[in-house]
Amino acid sequence: MTLFEALEQVYNEAQAALELAGDSAGLEAWYAAYLGRKGTVTLQTRAVGQLPKDERPAFGQRVNEVKQALEEAYAARAEAIKQAEMLRTLESGAIDITLPGRPVPQGHLHLTTRTLRQIYDIFAMMGFEVFEAPDVELEAYNFDLLNIPDYHPARDMWDTFWVQTPPGEPRLLLRTHTSPGQIRAMRERATHQEPIRVILPGKCYRYEQITARSEHQFYQLEGLAVGRGITLTDLIGTMHQFAELFYGTGRKIRVRSSYFPFTEPSVEVDTNCILCGGGGCGVCKYTGWLEIAGAGMVHPVVLQNGGYDPAEWSGFAFGMGIERPSMMKYDVSDIRLYYGNDLRFLRQF
Amino acid sequence: MRVPLSWLNDYVDVKNIPVQELANRLTLAGMEVEAIETIGYPGAELPWDPKLITTAEVLSVGPHPDADRLVLVEVDYGGPEHEIAVTGAPSLYALKGQSDLHLKVAFAWEGSLLYDGHAEGFVQRKLKATKVRGVLSRAMVCSQKELGLADVHGDIIYLPSDTPVGVPLTEVLGDYVLDFEIKGPFGHLQCVYGIAREVAAIFGRPLKRTPLEAAIRLGLTTVEQPEAVELEIADPDLCPRYTATMIRGVSIGPSPLWMQLRLQRAGMRPINNIVDITNYVMLELGQPLHAFDYAQIRPRSAGSKPAIIVRRALPGEQMATLDGELRTFDGDMCLITDGGGPVGVGGVMGGLDSEVKDTTRDILLEAANFFFLNIRRTTQLLKISSEAGSRFGKRVDSELALIAGARAAELMRELAGGVVDSIAGDRYPGKPAPFPVAYCPAMADSILGVIIPAEEQRRILTALEFSVRDNGPEDWEVLVPSYRLDVRHPVDLVEEIGRIYGYDRFPHTLIDEPLPPLRHNVPLEEEERVRDWLVGLGLDEIISYSLIDPADEPRLASPGTALTFAGEAIPLRNSLSPERSQMRRSLLPGLLRTARNNLRFLERVALFEVGRVHYRLATPNPAAGETGVAEPRRVAMALAGPRQGRWFEATDRSALDYFDLKGIVEAFLERLALLDKAQWERGAHPSFHPGRCARVTVEGREIGYLGELHPLVCEAFDLPVQPVVALEWDLEALLDAARAAEGGKHVGMISAYPPVHEDLALIVDAGTPALDVQRAILQAGLPLVTRALLFDIYQGPQVGEGKKSLAFALTYQSPGKALDESDVEKLRMRIIKVVEKQLGAKVRRA
Ligand SMILES: [Zn+2]
Repeated sequence: MTLFEALEQVYNEAQAALELAGDSAGLEAWYAAYLGRKGTVTLQTRAVGQLPKDERPAFGQRVNEVKQALEEAYAARAEAIKQAEMLRTLESGAIDITLPGRPVPQGHLHLTTRTLRQIYDIFAMMGFEVFEAPDVELEAYNFDLLNIPDYHPARDMWDTFWVQTPPGEPRLLLRTHTSPGQIRAMRERATHQEPIRVILPGKCYRYEQITARSEHQFYQLEGLAVGRGITLTDLIGTMHQFAELFYGTGRKIRVRSSYFPFTEPSVEVDTNCILCGGGGCGVCKYTGWLEIAGAGMVHPVVLQNGGYDPAEWSGFAFGMGIERPSMMKYDVSDIRLYYGNDLRFLRQF
Repeated sequence: MRVPLSWLNDYVDVKNIPVQELANRLTLAGMEVEAIETIGYPGAELPWDPKLITTAEVLSVGPHPDADRLVLVEVDYGGPEHEIAVTGAPSLYALKGQSDLHLKVAFAWEGSLLYDGHAEGFVQRKLKATKVRGVLSRAMVCSQKELGLADVHGDIIYLPSDTPVGVPLTEVLGDYVLDFEIKGPFGHLQCVYGIAREVAAIFGRPLKRTPLEAAIRLGLTTVEQPEAVELEIADPDLCPRYTATMIRGVSIGPSPLWMQLRLQRAGMRPINNIVDITNYVMLELGQPLHAFDYAQIRPRSAGSKPAIIVRRALPGEQMATLDGELRTFDGDMCLITDGGGPVGVGGVMGGLDSEVKDTTRDILLEAANFFFLNIRRTTQLLKISSEAGSRFGKRVDSELALIAGARAAELMRELAGGVVDSIAGDRYPGKPAPFPVAYCPAMADSILGVIIPAEEQRRILTALEFSVRDNGPEDWEVLVPSYRLDVRHPVDLVEEIGRIYGYDRFPHTLIDEPLPPLRHNVPLEEEERVRDWLVGLGLDEIISYSLIDPADEPRLASPGTALTFAGEAIPLRNSLSPERSQMRRSLLPGLLRTARNNLRFLERVALFEVGRVHYRLATPNPAAGETGVAEPRRVAMALAGPRQGRWFEATDRSALDYFDLKGIVEAFLERLALLDKAQWERGAHPSFHPGRCARVTVEGREIGYLGELHPLVCEAFDLPVQPVVALEWDLEALLDAARAAEGGKHVGMISAYPPVHEDLALIVDAGTPALDVQRAILQAGLPLVTRALLFDIYQGPQVGEGKKSLAFALTYQSPGKALDESDVEKLRMRIIKVVEKQLGAKVRRA
């Protein structure tokens, strides 16, 4: 076998061996075996001296070609092996992506806070600001100034928690409704004889047996608008607007005559049942309607008590419960869940 | 209040108004119909088949060939032949052998659905043709119970003799009963006639005045002192009118079927004709009546005639009322007395002794009027509830007294065989003056926002018995009828017009006026932001009861200590339970009870509440609108349970501690721009662990305490044995400080030059607060030391007894240049000097 033939044989052998090198270690071994200092290809170059002078250049050139080709093949192979190895590493690092993430503690707003904010936003669009009044209230503000004198039968509408006060002192109570805020808002604004648009949210208290449907503590939201030409149709329109924004578009409104000592005329405002749409169901007691507010035109006596001359000013007021809308919306059957603060309930909102 | 339609129809024709429409229109006009009960008609619990259940006439009663206790009745049911039916009804059995009878009855054919008369309660069954002892019976004569008209199986029903034969029974006894929920103190709506008046106005139909005109039919006249009794009203402020009518020679017995049915349908139980008549007239006209046994009314002195004196009770005076209770009166309660003493509580309840009995022959009928507020005061103080008291408490028209008295007397004449004295007694010191209201039809437009033609306004007012005098198109004088004691202002007239006209016809408008000056509600906006931040920090918001158990306050203090509050507690005079009997002065009881309740189901709670506390500072001053009660806002938080939830790899399951809460609080303070301004000092507070409690102030103002709750406080609140960390802070103080800090805020320089980092360990006394050291470093390094982060604390032999080492990672950075080693060296030396001087700190060398 000539040296040329031997070189070609080594070359073929090296190419075949390279195919078999499956990992970095095999590849390094291959390199040492063929292209290393004592590698077969390297040794071939050293055999050049055994050739006649005129053949040496040709042989030298061929050796270099072979070396270069093998170096390139080596590099390509090395790259392929590297990629295959990375792939193997990544594959072995696969996780079950359905496992739960590291828990992050979540906080939740109370359902009542959420409802109140929704209502604040709606009335803010209509120019109503929030006005706050005390929970512990004067009897005069809760009743007398609202046109409900002592022993008046209208007082039966509110079962009252009375505060222990020393004999002879003016009596205090826990407000039974947010309406005393009407007097407070009017008296504050009366100094400048400004028109008024306020909503008055707050806790109210009733001396009532606690059941799934009635609590001794609940939230109410009162609205009061006083101006120089406010009418009952404005009240109806405002309630309709509210119902559309709060319960969704397409709400219908029904206005019934009612009685409150501090409004005249007095009405109750219903909207078509959010559950059955008006066809009748258990929630609406098969009437198709749900009451959303008690309302009316501010009684002239109340305007007067608030410092506004009824000959010049008129106004409307409304009051709505805060728990009932969400009870209806989410089908909550027990009002005690609200202020009993069972987190398993509150965390659903 | 229950109103049978058949009764209503006596005064206003409602026959061709569908009952549902009638109910809707009344509801819209303010008389809310809560339910409609159907009797006999389709939709009833027991509908009477109009073909199978009809009226009929019993013609004769013959013996049953084979049964001694049964009889055969021959019945004309309007068909071609007569039907023979078997019955054991006692009243028919008693007629055995008689013919030429004309008894109108309710007759049911086989296939009818009826209630089982002998079953307990109401059990429906279908009537089947049966052979009763050899005689085929295909139909039966019905009792009230079998038709669902009564709950006891009594005798069969006898219908009025003028009842036509062979018509569906529904036409005679079928009915609808409207059940009203009347809001407001309206005596005039608490009766059938009052509702009839409203129906007449709403539907524009005539109102029949028949029941009001009994006095005319009786030819009754009045005098102040009638023959039968001496009348005196000593206190006309409590009793504006007292009328007394004599009905002599009555026979007490059951009232007729029609009256019994009406009473039952209106929700009252028939008793006897006299009592039934007083109840009937009360339901019809709204005027409570009282029938005295005349024989029991005593004279003032022997030989004079019986006397009735209406007067204030003597303080401490006593009487047994009809319900058997012995009542004690105060000097403002109104008594009906006779010559011998009290015989009734005026307008509330009669006395036990003068009650009508089966043997009563002569009736003294009281129809009086009482001042409503005093009636309410009396019923509330005596805790007595009666139909009369509830009606008088809602105001009854004093003009009604004689009208109703005459109406009842007329019925006693007709139904109890009484003879009415033609002159009745009438003391009327409190006759109200006519009440005119000046009115202009344009008021309706300006208040309601809708134009209702003047003629329609006049029609409505007239239909409601207001009389309108026209002084000009814009100047009406409207005379308020005596029954409308609530109408005093023009706006009251507007309401009458609006509600009868129908609010459903009103357009919807929005306020078309200048907006009031717009304002922010800054405190509320801040409060809502606080809620959002705390929720973002992983806390659940709660809203707890403002009423708490007063014993929860001492529970908040560990033994041997006591809490102090900024003001006096506010206890209730009437409470539902001791657990809800005082307004909270702290948010912690509610928070801890919530934590405890939830820890029964959850392993970890992180809660906050933003709310008001309430305490008394001064005497209320109504004139200034001052309650004397402070209601400042607080924020409270509580954490308990493991730091992290369980996961599929190990998590930190150690208990949440002081530093968890402090971490939340620091993030919260950072939001409020108060992180650098808050001063932390060791706190001593009755609720907290003495070594794990901090008192926080800003600019010298106390914000509140924070710490691990004292284990005995946890125990007092029945919390599981585990650390609970909590705080309660003064939200007003905190927000004031935040507002001030926000106002004085300047943006710090952002440097483009590289920082230099190095560590500095200082040995200080073990008791030295780390914050003091950190603040001293920062102070000394101003302005180039931008950060001093505590990263290691060491206590042990290497630093010596009573000492600790605090290691800080310092960052030096200049806004103007890159610092070199000599700059840093200088700063370091300055810091070391300062901490050495201020805190006795030594540098710890590695
Ligand atoms: Zn419904």
